[in-house]
Amino acid sequence: MILSRKLLSTLLVLISLFGVAARADPQQDYAAALAQLPNASYSDKNDIVKTIVTLQQPGARQVLQAFLDGMLYARTADAKIFIVTEQGDQFQLVDALTQKSAGSAAQTDFDKIGTNNGLRKLLRSAIAQFDLASSDKAVRLAAVRDVLNDPDDEVIKILRERANVELDSKIKSEIKQGLALADLSSDAADTRLVAINTLSGSLNPNVYNRLQAMLEQSADGSYAEPDDRVRAAARKAVAHIDHWRTFYSIIETSFFGLSLGSVLVLCAIGLAITFGVMGVINMAHGELMMLGAYTTYVTQLLMPNHIGLSILVAIPAAFIVSACVGMLIERGVVKFLYGRPLETLLATFGVSLILQQLVRNVFSANNRPVETPEWLAGSLQINDAFSLTYNRIYVVLFTIIVFVVLQFILKRTTLGLNVRAVSQNRAMAKAMGIRSEFVDMLTFGLGAGIAGVAGVALSQLTNVGPNLGQAYIVDAFMVVVFGGVGNLWGTLVGGMSLGVANKVMEPYFGAVLAKILVLVFLILFIQRKPRGLFPQKGRAAEH
Amino acid sequence: MNSVSNFFSPLRTDRGGQAVLITLALVAIIVPILHLALPQSSPLYVSSYSVTLVAKYMCYALLAISVDLVWGYCGILSLGHGAFFALGGYAMGMYLMRQIGSRGVYGDPILPDFMVFLNWHELPWFWHGMNMFWLAMLMVILVPGLLAYLFGWLAFRSRVTGVYLSIITQALTYALMIAFFRNDMGFGGNNGFTDFKDILGFDINKPSTHATLVVITALVLALSYIACRYIVSSRAGRVIQAVRDAESRARFIGYRVESYKVWVFAFSAVLAGIAGALYVPQIGIINPSEFSPINSIEIVICVAVGGRGTLYGAVAGAVLVNVLKTYFTTAIPEFWLYVLGAIFILVTIFLPKGVVGLLESKKARDKADAVPEAKAA
Repeated sequence: MILSRKLLSTLLVLISLFGVAARADPQQDYAAALAQLPNASYSDKNDIVKTIVTLQQPGARQVLQAFLDGMLYARTADAKIFIVTEQGDQFQLVDALTQKSAGSAAQTDFDKIGTNNGLRKLLRSAIAQFDLASSDKAVRLAAVRDVLNDPDDEVIKILRERANVELDSKIKSEIKQGLALADLSSDAADTRLVAINTLSGSLNPNVYNRLQAMLEQSADGSYAEPDDRVRAAARKAVAHIDHWRTFYSIIETSFFGLSLGSVLVLCAIGLAITFGVMGVINMAHGELMMLGAYTTYVTQLLMPNHIGLSILVAIPAAFIVSACVGMLIERGVVKFLYGRPLETLLATFGVSLILQQLVRNVFSANNRPVETPEWLAGSLQINDAFSLTYNRIYVVLFTIIVFVVLQFILKRTTLGLNVRAVSQNRAMAKAMGIRSEFVDMLTFGLGAGIAGVAGVALSQLTNVGPNLGQAYIVDAFMVVVFGGVGNLWGTLVGGMSLGVANKVMEPYFGAVLAKILVLVFLILFIQRKPRGLFPQKGRAAEH
Repeated sequence: MNSVSNFFSPLRTDRGGQAVLITLALVAIIVPILHLALPQSSPLYVSSYSVTLVAKYMCYALLAISVDLVWGYCGILSLGHGAFFALGGYAMGMYLMRQIGSRGVYGDPILPDFMVFLNWHELPWFWHGMNMFWLAMLMVILVPGLLAYLFGWLAFRSRVTGVYLSIITQALTYALMIAFFRNDMGFGGNNGFTDFKDILGFDINKPSTHATLVVITALVLALSYIACRYIVSSRAGRVIQAVRDAESRARFIGYRVESYKVWVFAFSAVLAGIAGALYVPQIGIINPSEFSPINSIEIVICVAVGGRGTLYGAVAGAVLVNVLKTYFTTAIPEFWLYVLGAIFILVTIFLPKGVVGLLESKKARDKADAVPEAKAA
C-alpha cells in the first residue's frame, strides 16, 4: 500500500517534470509542483524544490522560506498548502499558491511538510538563488553574505555565474572574496596563490583567520599549507592585513577618545563659564546636567510618538529649564558669596543635595528609561575592521556646535561683551553703565543652560538617575582646571586630550585603572602648572 | 611654678575646650556604667546601639578637629580628609580581618574570606604582618600621614592654593574610591571588610569591649584636642594663622610657608587616620564608600556649622550635624538631604562663624548692653 503510494507520487513528479518541457505553462506547473509536496518523499521533495527554482514564479521565494522555517503546512482535509504563523493554538493562514490571506484555523487540522538536513541545505541555496536575482541591492548583498557563511560546491557554482553578471561593484567584490576564500581549499597551488593575492587587501575577519590557519605549524613541523610559495604569500598577506588592522584600531581608539573627550568638554564647558569667568565654584553643575537629562525624559513622555523629534525639542527645553534653575541659584545663593569661592563651593553643594532629593521625590530614586531615537542608533560601517557608532559621531558634532555657539555668544554679542567686561574689571564695567548684577545672573544662567544641554547628550549615553550629576562633577572640574581657568579653548583641548589619553590607556590597564591614572596624572600636572594648560595672562590673571 | 602656669595657659583660656573635655570625661564615665552596670530593663540603660552612636559621633568629632586644624587655622580647604579617615580605617580593618583567622566562612587560617573567594593562594605583600597590632597601628599613622605629606609637599611647594587645592584633594579621594572598589586591589572590593571577631583577644561584640572602646575613643579625642590646642597656641600655630590670613606676607617676612603647611596638613591627616581606626572596630564595617567625596564635604560642613578656627566648634558641629543626621535618616529619611542641603546654604550665607560664632556674638552683645557707657565712648 505504502509502496504503491510512493510509486504513484514519483510518477506524478515525473509527469509534471515532463510537462515543463512539453507545455511551457510555468504557472500551472508551479501549482502542480506545490500540490505534490504534502505526499512526496524527501528525494521527491528535492526534485520539486529544484523545479520551483527553475520556474521562477512570484511567491515561490516565500514558500521556500516558509518551508525552510518549518512553517509550510498542508490541510489534512484537502492537502491544500498554506504558509502559517502561529497565534495561540490557531494558525494564521496564507495560501501558498496565491499568497493571499486565508483566515485562521485550528492547528490540529494541519500536517507539517517536513524537511531534513539535505533538503534544508538545498532550500537555502534555492532561496539564495532567488535573492541573488533580486533587483534590490541590499537583498543581493545579504544573500551573498548568507551563502558564504557555509559555502558548498553548489553555492560556489551559483556565485561564479553571478559574478559574471553582477553589476554592483560592492557585491561583486564580496562575491570575489567569497570565491577566493573557497579557492583557498583548492588542490591546485596556483589557484590558492591567486586566491591569496585577491584576498590580501581584505579586512574580513574570516579571511584573516583562514590565512592564519594556513600558516599554522603542526607538532611534526609540517605546515597546514604544504606549498612554500603559497605560504610566503599568505605570510605577506597576513602582515599586510595586520598593518591595516593596527592602523584602523588606532583611528578607532582616537575616535573613542574624542567622543569621550566631547562628553567631558560638554560637561565642563558650562562650568568653565561659571568657574572661569565668574570665579564661582558651582558644585550643583552636575545636578543641572541631571535636570537636562530628566527634561529629555519628560519631553519623551509628552511626545511618545515622535521620539526622534523629542531629542531636538529637548535641547532648547533643557537649556531653558537648567538656565532658569541656575538663575534661581544665582539670585538665591551665589549672589551673597561673590569673592568667596570656597563658600560658593559649600553652598552650591547644598543646592546639589536638595536638587538630587527633589528629583528622587518627583521621579523616584530609580533610573528613568530614556529612549534612543532611530537616527542615533546603529553605526556607520566603513569596512570590516572599522565602524563608528552614530551616537558617538553625533556627540562629537554636538560638542563642536555647542562650543562654536558659546564662542559666538561670548565674542560677538552684547551679552558676551558685558560678561567679559565684568569678569575683567567689575568696578570699571559698572562705571561704564553695565548692570553687573544682571550680567552675573545671565552668565550663571548661560553656564547652567549649557549644563542642561549636556544633560540631553548624557541621557543618550548613560543612565538617567538622581546620581547622574555626581558621576561627572569631579571629571568636569578636572577638565576645567587642566585646561586653564577662564579659557574655553583650554577646556576644549583639555577635555579632548584627557578623553583620548583615557581611551588609549584603557586596553593596557582596564577602564578603572586608566581613569585612576588620568586622575593621578592631573593631580601631578596641577603641581607643575597650577594654572592649567593655558593660563590666563595679564590683568585677567590677577584675581 | 610660672612655667607650669604658662604650660597650662592655652587650656585655661579655652572655655569651649574645657566644656569639650568635661563632656568627654562625663561620657567616658557615665556611658560605660549605664551600659554595663544597669539591667536592660532599666529606663537609664544605654543600649549597645546608642554606645555605638556615641562612639561614631566622637570619631567624626576627631575628624572634624583635623579638618578645622587645616581649614580653620591654615586656610587649606581639604575635600579629601575622608580619604585619610578611610585609609586609617582600612589599616585597622586589615588587622581585624587577620584576627578572624580560621573562623571565617571558608575557614582559611591565613587568607581573609574575600581572598579565598577570589581564588587567591597567598597574602599580597602589604597584608603581611598586619596581624600584629603594633604594625597595624603604625600603618594607621604612617599611611595617611605619608600620603598627606607627599601630597602636601607636591602641592604647597608649587603653590597650589585655594579652590585648586580643594579640587585636587577631591580628585584624590575620588581616585582612591574607585581604586578601592576594584577587587584586584586586595582590599575586598565593593564589600570592604566586615564580620570582625575580636580585637587584641577581646570579643568585639561584647558589651565590655564596646564600653572600653568608647572610653578609649573619648580619651584619644581629648588628647588630640589638647594637642591641637597646643599647636595652634604655639609659635608655629601663630605662623600657621598668619599663612591663612596673608600667605605672601608670611613668606616675605621669612617663614618657610610650605613647610608649615605640609606639616600641619600631614599631622591633620594622621588625626583623621586615627579617627578612622577608632571608627572601624566600633561600627564593624569599612568599605570604599567611605572614600566618597560627599563624606569629606559633609565633615567640612560640620566644621562650618560649629564654627571654624575654634576647634571646640568643630566638635560641636560634628556632633550637632550627626545627631540631626541620625534623627532624620531614621525618622524621615527622604527629608535628610533637604535638611543637609539647607544647612550648607544657610550656614555659608548667614552663619560664616558657625553656631559658636552666634553664641559669642550674643555674649558680646550682652556685654555691650550691660556697659552702655562703653558704646557712648
